[in-house]
Amino acid sequence: MLYREAGQFKTTYGADQAVFPIRQDQLFIALWLAVGLVLVPLVSSEYLLRAILIPFLILALAALGLNLLVGYCGQLSLGTGGFMAVGAYAAYNLCVRIPALNPLVAFLLAGGVSTLVGIAFGIPSLRIKGYYLAVATLAAQFFLDWVFSRVAWFSNNTPSGSITAPPVTLFELTFDTPVKKYLLCLSILVLFAAVAKNLVRGRIGRAWMATRDMDVAAEIIGIRPMYAKLSAFAVSSFFIGVAGGLWAFVHLGSWEPLAFDVNRSFSILFMVIIGGLGSILGSFLGAAFITVLPLVLNQLPQWLGISISTAMISHLEAMIFGCLIVFFLIVEPLGLARLWRIGKEKLRLWPFPY
Amino acid sequence: MGFFLEVVLGGLMAGVLYSLVALGFVLIFKASGVFNFAQGAMVLFAALTLVRLMEILKQTFSPFLIALLLTIAVMIALAWVIERLVLRPLVNQPGISLFMATLGISYILDGFGQAVWGSDVYALDVGVPKRPIVLFESMVPGGVLVPSEDLAAALIAGLLMLGLGVFFQRTRIGRALRAVADDHQAAQSVGIPLNYIWVIVWSVAGLVALVAGIVWGSKLGVQFSLGLVALKALPVLILGGFESIVGAVVGGLIIGVGEKVSEVYLGPAVGGGIENWFAYVLALLFLLVRPEGLFGERHIDRV
Amino acid sequence: MPKFLNAATLLAAAVAAGVLTNTDAALAQANEQFVPMLVYRSGPYAPNGIPFANGYADYLTLVNERDGGINGVKIVSEECETGYATDRGVECYERLKGKGPTGAAAFSPLSTGITYALTEKVFTDKIPLITMGYGRSESVDGSVFQWNFPLLGTYWDAADVLIQHVGQINGGLDKLKGKKIALVYHDSPYGKEPIPLLQERAKRLGFELMLIPVTHPGVEQKAAWLQVRQSRPDYVFLWGWGVMNSTAIKEAVAVNYPRDHMYGVWWAGAEPDVLPAGVDAKGYNALALQHSAGQSAVHADVLKYVYGKGKGAGQKEDVGHVLYNRGLINAMLLVESIRTAQGKFGKKPLTGEQVRWGIENLSLDQKRISQLGLAGMLQPLKVSCSDHEGARHARIHQWDGTKWVFVSDWIEADETVIRPMVDEAAAKYAKDKNLTRRDCKVGA
Repeated sequence: MLYREAGQFKTTYGADQAVFPIRQDQLFIALWLAVGLVLVPLVSSEYLLRAILIPFLILALAALGLNLLVGYCGQLSLGTGGFMAVGAYAAYNLCVRIPALNPLVAFLLAGGVSTLVGIAFGIPSLRIKGYYLAVATLAAQFFLDWVFSRVAWFSNNTPSGSITAPPVTLFELTFDTPVKKYLLCLSILVLFAAVAKNLVRGRIGRAWMATRDMDVAAEIIGIRPMYAKLSAFAVSSFFIGVAGGLWAFVHLGSWEPLAFDVNRSFSILFMVIIGGLGSILGSFLGAAFITVLPLVLNQLPQWLGISISTAMISHLEAMIFGCLIVFFLIVEPLGLARLWRIGKEKLRLWPFPY
Repeated sequence: MGFFLEVVLGGLMAGVLYSLVALGFVLIFKASGVFNFAQGAMVLFAALTLVRLMEILKQTFSPFLIALLLTIAVMIALAWVIERLVLRPLVNQPGISLFMATLGISYILDGFGQAVWGSDVYALDVGVPKRPIVLFESMVPGGVLVPSEDLAAALIAGLLMLGLGVFFQRTRIGRALRAVADDHQAAQSVGIPLNYIWVIVWSVAGLVALVAGIVWGSKLGVQFSLGLVALKALPVLILGGFESIVGAVVGGLIIGVGEKVSEVYLGPAVGGGIENWFAYVLALLFLLVRPEGLFGERHIDRV
Repeated sequence: MPKFLNAATLLAAAVAAGVLTNTDAALAQANEQFVPMLVYRSGPYAPNGIPFANGYADYLTLVNERDGGINGVKIVSEECETGYATDRGVECYERLKGKGPTGAAAFSPLSTGITYALTEKVFTDKIPLITMGYGRSESVDGSVFQWNFPLLGTYWDAADVLIQHVGQINGGLDKLKGKKIALVYHDSPYGKEPIPLLQERAKRLGFELMLIPVTHPGVEQKAAWLQVRQSRPDYVFLWGWGVMNSTAIKEAVAVNYPRDHMYGVWWAGAEPDVLPAGVDAKGYNALALQHSAGQSAVHADVLKYVYGKGKGAGQKEDVGHVLYNRGLINAMLLVESIRTAQGKFGKKPLTGEQVRWGIENLSLDQKRISQLGLAGMLQPLKVSCSDHEGARHARIHQWDGTKWVFVSDWIEADETVIRPMVDEAAAKYAKDKNLTRRDCKVGA
């Protein structure tokens, strides 16, 4: 009743191919953007911003990047943590070695560095597939981990290998308070999400999807697999590299290679799978599920006034989290984004389903 | 020369342990096409159950044997529960969803195991000798040092693999398992109950996890980190192929030796700590030549 | 795109509700000092994290139960599980820092990684970071690291004491010339901390230093120990944590390296490190951060007032273990600092900034230590603005197969070696971060 496109006529091809062709969707997006940009900074506590929203936004960006590779192009990768580390260390080194450089510009350049590394490690994908490729990308993860902890140059010769990021500034503005940091991350995320959405609708995105669905068939209809696969690795690594820079500079402020270890790779892959492969929205849902849910589960007993020992809470947290993963997969094996889409379809027919 | 032999031997011993973990992965992948991320958690869970039961049964005549039998029962029950509650509802879903589901299982097992049995470190002593043996003293100066604990572990692992080989080749259930591995639908149509087979496979994988847990646990002490040894099995998998038991064994040995030799001889030149990624690079190099692993099955795509 | 905000705002509401109810509860009973506890009771490092957390919690409970709080100000504490992960640690910090009527008194994260991440944040939040026996070695310099307190010793002290000890065994530091010492270390900032000092010492004393990294978490060390077997160093220093320590001892057995030539740092010298190795760990040495295992007068109180009332955090049998004692002493130092600060600011809940004054003016003499029931476990210490450490003594204890026994006297780390390094590193940090130094002579 509320969600119906009856009466909305498309008179141009452009209108028909809009990102959000239905007016309710446009309103919806505008509403949420307003909430995210205005309401949330006004009402959120420092804890909410610093400990939940900022990490969520940054990891959502990384998940978005990985989703382009895994969900759209079908190339499983477990090297995400390594590529994030490339972004973080590249941004750091650019800032340290070229003091005049603005960190925000450094993020983009770091994304570029990450792109090159991503292409290099994407080359095996031309030969190997599926789980074999996934495990092979672990080579990138472990190798990059090792390089950053072993080659002192990357950490500017700090003896312990732990480094501290310079402040992030834009002209006179310093991103130091949680609200400013949040807005910075949100704007970058929105920008990148828009880019991603348009990429996957275009020629390149269609080439990725064809490769994903069946690479041999794609090759036969004239898509060059090398171009499709490596471009997916490149774009994905760029997103992930920028996310890595943000994670290091904006969220942690000070980090060591362990911040980008293999667990980070796994957790971002989980976000993509649980959120929904091949869905931009899925990346956000997955990131929310994997980052926020454990924190909520961890604090739930306290809000409810139940006193359980810390150890038991964290064990229960793990168990319930695992159960929820299994539960959601059984309900909808294709991820949370698919659940959302089904909900939308239902809403379209509501309240007269026939 | 003596030292080189020691390094190779050390690598072989470590390799056997890797194969042991890889074997659990292969069994399940072969029979159900599931990349079982929970294998590491199963190793930890089995070892924790065993070691804590042994503590409870301290008064009985043979705590180890009784606890072992009980743990086997627990692992079989676990396999049954997993099949019922996770695999059956997810039948015919894409592999990646199943992979994700096993991740859920590993969270549940980690939490459950620690909640029931505690998260401390527990010593597991199964009476394996620890003093190293010195061999070939007459041939090479200083002799070749062979850690007897590793030797015992290798022996156990070897026996297990032999047992599995016999089980797969000679028994009725083993033949049914191989039929399922070859083709689910064909196997089902000749009257092999799929669900039942899955329970068996997961039980066998549980047993392999238990053996791995005993071997690693007596080495490291039974504690949470035991679950992390699963990562060491991944390069073995891609090298040996996801579907080959022989591949898991041979791959394990190659990775073990390659890793140790590289760390000892190349490591110091570049600052050390390279064995972690070197194993993967080694496996990757093999893959570029043979994309389906050393013993994996070649797939032919049809459009 | 739309739904994520949806989820986020729902959570926002939930979290906000949680925060609100908590502050309400806290306001109702205002005469309370809030002490946050970052613990890890699950995960790979739990065997070491649990006893520490229990000791910490038990001492706070003891102060409440026996003395009715610190001068009548009750201590309330809350645990938050970090799992030794830096991002969870940061989240816990954010969650706990504002609780209680005056906010968190001080944080003790028991993780070098979390310490590094929090070092940035405590500057703006003005909450002391007590890193007893870990953290950044250069944070001794309180004029730059205004909020970090590596009480009782840093890794540079630890490495220096070990060098002095093996020097004593050989009949003088000059006898170390030509010897070979291997450092088997956890490949993380924690494990790398002692390297600069050892290199400096190697340069001065002329011994050869071998560095052998072990990748986290340290379950596979065969290659490392094969290298030890090949080069036969005279001593092996072990800088491990968690499963890495017991594995190292087992691998040492496997390559026939004598355990009594192995020296662990104080984080590699507790029961969980040697027990899995069983009798083979016999003869293994480790630093003791002043105290070892064992009980003294304060433990009798703990058993009486805490466990007697059923309020113990752990098992009665574990009271007095090495890491338990360390947690207990850490809590004691915080409580005494708060007591000191109350002398200046009044007997009321204090803010983090006031507590810092207390830590910086903390002075425990032998008499006070005996009063606290810790005679023999602690040397006198005196913290000041320029010295955030207070004391730099340590002893070596050895595992005799069933218990730890001391095999050395008190050894003090050599200031003449360490202080220049501290000054240099702190100056570099201040320059990198554009910090203005605090003038320690003025007295904060």
